[in-house]
Amino acid sequence: MSIEPEAASTQGAVRTAGAPRRREWVQTLAEAWGLRRTKVGSVMFAFLLLIALFGRFVAPYTPTEFVGPPFSDPSSAYWLGTDFLGRDVLTRVLHGGLSVFALGISATVIGTVFGVSLGLVAGYARRVVDEGIMRVLDVVLAFPSVVLAMLFVSILGPRLWLIVLMVGVSHMPRIARVTRAATVEVVARDFVRAAAAVGVPRRRILLYEVLPNISSPLLVEFGLRLTYSIIMIAALSFIGFGMQPPAADWGLMINENRIAIITQPWVVLAPVLMIGALTISANLMADGLSRAMVGIDRDTAQA
Amino acid sequence: MSDARSDIVLTVEDLRVVLDPSGIEIDDGVSFVIHEGEVLGLVGESASGKTTAATSLLAYQRRGAKVAGGRVDIMGTDVLTLSRAELRGVRGGLISYVPQDASASLNPALRIGDQLMEILKEHSFGSSKAERQARLVEMMDEVLLPNDRAFLRRYPHQLSGGQQQRVAIAMAMANRPKIIVLDEPTTALDVTTQAHVLETVRHLTSSYGVSALYVTHDLAVVACLVDRIAIMYAGRLVEIGPRAALFTGAHHPYTRRLLAAIPDIHATQPPRGIPGSAPRPGNRVAGCAFTPRCDCRIDRCATEFPPYTGPHADHQVCCWRWEEVGRGLPVIVGEELVSTARVEEPCRTADSTVVDVRHVTAFYQRKEVLHDVSATLCEHRCLALVGESGSGKTTLARCIAGLHQFKMHGAIEFNGAELAAETRGRTSAERQAIQYIFQSPYSSLNPRKTIRQLLSQPIDIFFDLDRDGTEERMVRVLEHVALDPSLLNRYPEQLSGGERQRVAIARALVAEPSVLICDEVTSWLDVSVQAAIIELLVHLQSETGVSMLFVTHNLALVRSIAQEVAVMQDGRIVEHGVVDAVLDDPQAEYTRLLLCDTPTIPADCRI
Repeated sequence: MSIEPEAASTQGAVRTAGAPRRREWVQTLAEAWGLRRTKVGSVMFAFLLLIALFGRFVAPYTPTEFVGPPFSDPSSAYWLGTDFLGRDVLTRVLHGGLSVFALGISATVIGTVFGVSLGLVAGYARRVVDEGIMRVLDVVLAFPSVVLAMLFVSILGPRLWLIVLMVGVSHMPRIARVTRAATVEVVARDFVRAAAAVGVPRRRILLYEVLPNISSPLLVEFGLRLTYSIIMIAALSFIGFGMQPPAADWGLMINENRIAIITQPWVVLAPVLMIGALTISANLMADGLSRAMVGIDRDTAQA
Repeated sequence: MSDARSDIVLTVEDLRVVLDPSGIEIDDGVSFVIHEGEVLGLVGESASGKTTAATSLLAYQRRGAKVAGGRVDIMGTDVLTLSRAELRGVRGGLISYVPQDASASLNPALRIGDQLMEILKEHSFGSSKAERQARLVEMMDEVLLPNDRAFLRRYPHQLSGGQQQRVAIAMAMANRPKIIVLDEPTTALDVTTQAHVLETVRHLTSSYGVSALYVTHDLAVVACLVDRIAIMYAGRLVEIGPRAALFTGAHHPYTRRLLAAIPDIHATQPPRGIPGSAPRPGNRVAGCAFTPRCDCRIDRCATEFPPYTGPHADHQVCCWRWEEVGRGLPVIVGEELVSTARVEEPCRTADSTVVDVRHVTAFYQRKEVLHDVSATLCEHRCLALVGESGSGKTTLARCIAGLHQFKMHGAIEFNGAELAAETRGRTSAERQAIQYIFQSPYSSLNPRKTIRQLLSQPIDIFFDLDRDGTEERMVRVLEHVALDPSLLNRYPEQLSGGERQRVAIARALVAEPSVLICDEVTSWLDVSVQAAIIELLVHLQSETGVSMLFVTHNLALVRSIAQEVAVMQDGRIVEHGVVDAVLDDPQAEYTRLLLCDTPTIPADCRI
C-alpha cells in the first residue's frame, strides 16, 4: 500500500474527513464472488437484465400487435404461441421485464434510503427518539404490505409512483431494524466517541463514521429486499393494481392468460419462469453476500 | 535438578500446528517436558502460538488449525493419536484445561454444584453418589472456596471473577488429573483477585503433586509460581530453563529484552520496550524470527534458524550468540532513556493548576459511581489515576473529557473556566485543548478510514490549514510517535496493536492539546509494546510539556511515567500525592494492599 506517496497524498487530502470508502464492499464482493451461488446468481441476473433492457430490440413483433388467433400453440411464426388477444408471447416477454426491474429496483432504493436513515437516527439517538421511530415502524410492519398497497392504490388509482412508494414503504421497517441493530453496535465503539469528542457534527458522524461500517449488512439486506420488491410488484400487477393493460408486464401477463394454463401453458409459464429466475438469482446473490460477510467476520476473529 | 529425571509426566516432541488450508505455521517444532509436581510457565506475546501449543496438549485445535506433526505423550498415552471417544476420557481425566475467561466458560444456567458434579459423573468418579459428594466438598476446599450447600447452589453470575476462576480450576481438578493446563487464567482479573488465584494454583501444585502448564504473556505474574519457564516467540521456543536461570542469566536476547520491558514498582527507570512487533503467523522469516527486532543480530540470524543448545541440559536456548549474550553482551543498543522528572511536592498553587475537578459526583445509569471526587492536574505534570476495575477511574477521566454519558454533579474547571459536562456544550478551543486517548486501539480507530483521514479530521476541525500544512503536520506528528509517514495511506487493520495505539496518540497530538488523557492506553498491548508506548509518552511529556492524566490499573507503570498519583477505590480517591511518597510510604490501607498484590519479580525469586 505504500505506493507513490506524493500522488496518493494529494488525492487523499482532497477527500479528507473521509468520503465513505468502498474498500469493505470490494472485499465483501470479492469474497462473495468466490462462492458458486453468487456466480450463478449474478450470471442469471445479468442475463435477465440484458433481456429486460435489450430484448425489445430483437423482438419479432410489437407488443400490442395481433399476430394470430388467441392462445395459438407455439410454432415457427410465434415461438411461445399467442396470448388471449392473439399477441406474440415471446415479444411480450421480451418487453415485459423492464417494468419489473425498474419498479423493483426503485422501490428497493426508496425503502433502503428511508429505512437506513431512520435506523441510523434511531440507533444513534437512542432513548425517546429511538422508541418513537421504532414503534411507529412497528405499526407499519403490522399492516400486511399488499393490503396496505391495495388500500392506497384503490383510493388514488393505479399510479406507478404510488406502487413504487408503497412497496418501498413496506420495506422500510425491516431495513430500519437491521440498520438500527448494526448502528447500535458501531456507536458503542470508541471511534464514534472520539469523533464526538473533537466536535464532529452528528450528521457527519452518522454518514462518515457509522454508515461505512454497516455497509455490508445493508448490502445483503438490499439484495433480499430486491427479491421481495420483484415478487410484490409482480403480485400487484397480477391482481390488477400494478401495470395496466395493454402494457407488457410479466405479472400482468400471468393474470391475463391464466384461463389458458391448461390449453396453452407457455403463455403463463414463460413470464412465471422469468419472475422465478429473477427472484432466485437475486436471492442467490444476497445469500452469497451474506455468506461472504460471515466469512470476513471469521477471518478477523482468527487474525 | 538432574539431567535425566524419571518422573516425566508430559513430553511434547517437535509439535507442529498449521492453519488448515493455507499450511501457515502457528507452532513450529515445539518440544518440552514437564515433570511430576512441576509448574512450567509458557510465556509469549500475542500470536506467539502459546495457546495453540497449550490446547494441543489436549489434542484440541481451534477451527482452521490442525496438528501437522509431532507427539504429545502423557504418562505413556500418545494423545494426538486417540479417537474422539478415548479423548473424552483423557480430557478432564488425565489432563485438564482452565480457560482464560471463567465467566464465559461456566454455564450460566447451571448451579456451580451441579456443574462440578457433572464432571465427576461424566468421568465416573467414585462408586456412589456419596463418594462424589464428598469429593465435591473436598474440591471446594482445595481451591479455597466455601463448601457449604448455599454456596454450591449459586449460579456463576453470583460469584466474583476470582471465585468463578477458582470454580473453573476446581472443575479441572475434579478427577485428579496428572497435569492441568492454565491458559492465562488471571488476565481478565484485577491484581488483588489475581493474587488469590495464583495462591490457589500454588497451593494445588505443592499440596497435591499435580503438574501444570501455566500459559501467560506476563513474566512477572509467574515469577513466584513456576519452576521452569519456556519463552515462545513466533511459534518457536527460544529459551527454556529453570526460573532462576532465566531471570538472572537469560541467554536469549528476546528473554533479556522481555525482562527489561516489564514495568516494576521499584524501578525508577521506565521499562524498555522492544521496537517493532512480533510477526504474525505467515509473516515469519526463514531464520530466527526475532532478527528484525534484535540489537545483536548477525548476518546468519536472518537465514538460518539456530539449533537448541545451552549452558546446561536443563537450560536450552536457540540463538547463534547465546554464549556472548549469557556473558553479558548488551542486548539494548541506543541512547539512554529520559527518565521522568521527579518532584518532591505536589503543586498546589492555583495558577499552575490546569484541570481542577471539584466535588464531582457521577452516575452510571442510575447508580452513583463517583462520590464527591476532587483532584487537580498541574501544568507540565503527569497525574496517574490508579484503581481496579469498577473504581471509577475511567468515569472520572471521561467526565473531564466531556465523554460521560450520564448524570454528573460538581464542577470541572479548565484554566479557571468551568467546563460543560458534554463536549457538545464546550467551545472548540476547550475541545482542542483536552484530548483523550482510548483504551483499545482496535475500537478507537474507524476501520473504514485511512490513517490520513483519521489524522486530518482533528486538523480540519480545529485549525485552518491548507492541504500542504495539514500534510506537513501529520507527517511531523507521525515521526514524533515513531511511525513511518508512508503509513498514511494504510487502514488500521493493516497495522499491529502497538502501531494502532501510536496512531491514536498521533490523532490526539495533531490537535496540539495542553491536556492529554490516557485511558489504560497500554492494557491491550503486549508487554514489550506497552513498554515502548510508555517510553513514547514519557518522551512526549518531557518534550512538549503537555499535562497528562494517565489512567491505569497497573501500579507498576506509575513510577516510570507520573509525578503524582491518585489512588481510587469504589468511586473515591483514597490517596493523592507525589509518586515516590505514595509508593514508598503508602498511607491508605487500600494502597498498601494494591502494592502488595501487584506482581513483581521480587529479589527472593531470583535465588
